[in-house]
Amino acid sequence: MSTPKKIVVVGNGMVGHHFVEQLHNLNSEAKAVEITVLSGESRLAYDRVHLSEYFAGKTADDLAMTSEMVYQQWGINFFLDAKVTHINRELQTVTTAAGVVYNYDKLVLATGSYPFVPPIPGKDQEHSLVYRTIDDLDAISASAKVSKVGVVIGGGLLGLEAANALKQLGLETHVVEFAPQLMAVQIDAGGGKLLKDKIEQLGVQVHTSKATQEIKAGKECRYQLCFSDGEVLETDLILFSAGIRPYDNLAKEFGLEVGERGGIVVNDLCQTSGENIYAIGECALWNNFIFGLVAPGYTMARVVANHIIAGDESSERFTGADMSTKLKLMGVDVGSIGDAHGRTSGCLTYTYENQPLGMYKKMVVSHDESKLLGAVLIGDTSDYDSLLQYMLNGIELPKSPESLILPSAGEKPSLGADALPETATICSCLNVTKGDIIAAIDTGSTTVSAVKSCTKAASGCGGCASLLKNVVDSELAARGVVINTDICEHFAYSRQALFDIIKVQEIKSFTELLAQYGKGKGCEICKPAVGSILASVWNEYVLNPQHVALQDTNDTFLANMQKDGTYSVVPRVPGGEITADKLIAIGQVAKQFGLYTKITGGQRIDLFGARVDQLPLIWQQLIDAGLETGHAYGKSLRTVKSCVGSTWCRYGQQDSVTMAIDLENRYKGLRAPHKIKFAVSGCTRECAEAQSKDIGVIATEKGWNLYVCGNGGMKPRHADLFATDLDSTTLVKYIDRILMFYVKTADRLQRTSVWMENMEGGLDYLKKVVIADELAIADELEEQMARVVDTYQCEWKTTLENPASLKRFRQFVNSDKQDINIQFVEERGQIRPARAEEKLETV
Amino acid sequence: MSNSNQNWQTICEVTDLVLDSGVCALVSDTHKQEQQIALFYVQEANEKKQVYALGNFDPIGKANVLYRGLIGCADEQIFVASPLYKQRYVLNDGRCLDDDTITLPVYDARINGSKIEVLL
Repeated sequence: MSTPKKIVVVGNGMVGHHFVEQLHNLNSEAKAVEITVLSGESRLAYDRVHLSEYFAGKTADDLAMTSEMVYQQWGINFFLDAKVTHINRELQTVTTAAGVVYNYDKLVLATGSYPFVPPIPGKDQEHSLVYRTIDDLDAISASAKVSKVGVVIGGGLLGLEAANALKQLGLETHVVEFAPQLMAVQIDAGGGKLLKDKIEQLGVQVHTSKATQEIKAGKECRYQLCFSDGEVLETDLILFSAGIRPYDNLAKEFGLEVGERGGIVVNDLCQTSGENIYAIGECALWNNFIFGLVAPGYTMARVVANHIIAGDESSERFTGADMSTKLKLMGVDVGSIGDAHGRTSGCLTYTYENQPLGMYKKMVVSHDESKLLGAVLIGDTSDYDSLLQYMLNGIELPKSPESLILPSAGEKPSLGADALPETATICSCLNVTKGDIIAAIDTGSTTVSAVKSCTKAASGCGGCASLLKNVVDSELAARGVVINTDICEHFAYSRQALFDIIKVQEIKSFTELLAQYGKGKGCEICKPAVGSILASVWNEYVLNPQHVALQDTNDTFLANMQKDGTYSVVPRVPGGEITADKLIAIGQVAKQFGLYTKITGGQRIDLFGARVDQLPLIWQQLIDAGLETGHAYGKSLRTVKSCVGSTWCRYGQQDSVTMAIDLENRYKGLRAPHKIKFAVSGCTRECAEAQSKDIGVIATEKGWNLYVCGNGGMKPRHADLFATDLDSTTLVKYIDRILMFYVKTADRLQRTSVWMENMEGGLDYLKKVVIADELAIADELEEQMARVVDTYQCEWKTTLENPASLKRFRQFVNSDKQDINIQFVEERGQIRPARAEEKLETV
Repeated sequence: MSNSNQNWQTICEVTDLVLDSGVCALVSDTHKQEQQIALFYVQEANEKKQVYALGNFDPIGKANVLYRGLIGCADEQIFVASPLYKQRYVLNDGRCLDDDTITLPVYDARINGSKIEVLL
């Protein structure tokens, strides 16, 4: 093997990082290159496109596009704060400010650009800032804390983003633009006017046709901007966003050809005038043009990565890029496509403006009205995707092209995904065509997410996600793909079929089932589903060695995991009835372990903030006090809520508390496709809210009314009245049958409400099965339930008696230390998880 | 990146592991910094048992919990699904199957007699 070529990349912005990623992918087998990254910034690449989200709560980590760990794994040599100051083209070396010298076989300049600050007298002030890097944002935040008014100089795309940032920081915000309109590069005067109106409505003051002549000390604010027309504007903070300039000083200084107005001149392979030196992204000048968007930069990165690996045989060339763009600025939708200004000779335009709704749409078409050349969309960009496809692919326009932007007076001619040619670019960030998507489907991707991970489509700005889905759906439909009910790729059976197999074939473990009826190793879908079926049918201890790996984490640790990795603990309080001694015992445990306590909606007490190693200690005390597990972690019976009923209440018809306790004790521990909640009300006033439960029981003068298949939650459903005036024995018999029929036939994670709604025949059918026993399975369902009831065990009691199971409840197998990332702060006299910014340094 | 300062460190006994599931260990890296690693003990298709070591920190949930995830496989790739938000991470290279911008750190791990060792 020849020695790998040394590739040195200067700069680690979005494009520089994309290049490293592309080259690493091409190189992972070939091992032909060794990559060194020299970055002048103090952190690796982050997402500058979404920089403004930093002020909406995202952290630098959220914006990061990679991490030092990833680069290490990729075997990249990288150096931060390593600004390159010299290039020696003869010896092929670069030198950093610190004097370190690196040899290269190929040098890639991805130095990006810097914000242009116009040479206005007085521009250099303490609170005169720019908007480009995370460090800039930190400086803006700091300045905003001691400012009341902020001005952005520059009303382009970035300027408006910057204005949004100032507004979010609570400043009175102004935008000053030299041109007569906002976003003069992307949109026309009509669109610019509407955009200005909308932005002013949002409380940002826009000043167009204003040339700033001088910045001097202010009277009411820190500074005063003096305009050429004699007017002035007072402000505390000045943010320059007057365009970008390429970082080409290295190229200039070391003799590479640069353009008249800056930018390192490159050819179609992104080669500069210097041998073995490439330039990509915003520092590169191609065809006398600098591309200030990320997608063309990514294309350049790809071209260079391919050229380095494949040499001149590489077929990829940079041939320019479409600068169409769609975005949301301060909540205003803005789209610009192609020749937005109508500069093509002979072109014609269609314009639709709706001032009351704040919409402006313009189409620029060829002189024969056959092709779309450009468009401007303000206030409503729903037509952007299809217009872009018309423009990019030269698709023939329909008769009366104006119908494409008019509100649907009649049927709007739709450009379905199937009308697009295979060459149509779907994702322009990652350069994925419809043909690429079809190829992915042909090689076995049958879902949007599979196509996404195969082609990377929609993983850039994400703007094409809905179009991608349309293409995938239409291609799948064209192939006659039907929805299959297989539980996952490992079992070609539905949950119901697996239930029957497990029961009839007397299968007792996942391994057995997999060997006889499945393939592979199983996954996060089928394992818990089978674990639940096995528990429903055989009711063995869920932490038995053959079952433990099937359980979701909540079942594995018999507690509910919370966002910080700690658990909450819920002892069972049947019917919501609890003695003072048990209340005190729960309180003592909470106090001793410093837990946060909250009363649940199911009439019990939830204890939060328990570390995994504390769970057995907590449960030992709870069990010693006579409590048992509440199965709050399981897909199983949760609570039976009750009102006090005839025992205390003047209106109570029956003893609802005793009924609730009996029902809860009967069905506790029953594993089901989803959680199950009950309630029992002592009279028709319904204080226990039984009609919002899976099983609801309401006392009548003569007995009990039974309601089934209700639930609260995301999609509330009132329970249906199933039978009236039942005696206690019949009530329990019916509930036995309904629950076991549900356990047997529902899909995984299907609540009783959805199960009922999807059941052919619905409520009437369920009555036929349960009351009339038309399927002749009532006895079997009751027997099955009797087995579950008879084999009940408190899983925590079993676990505490089982040293092997207890071994799991350690944070570390090799240390008694605790997870230092778990930190709490106090709020209203109790603990709560510390937020990221409240945590003590964990290193 | 391989590093000549790295050594095989004994972490625990094979019997500390749980088949087809995970446990967590606290280790010190070459910079003497404490790291949490999740150890997964998996029975492969050829019946051979294999141990994998990944970073225990869930970069999406931002908690040290990955060892408590479920093991599964997709297209022959064995993964752990985060117990918090269910993203799947491939055990042998740390790739996130549901978000290709994310990769977990992975460590070389081996069974040496009755001991589990990790290259650190």
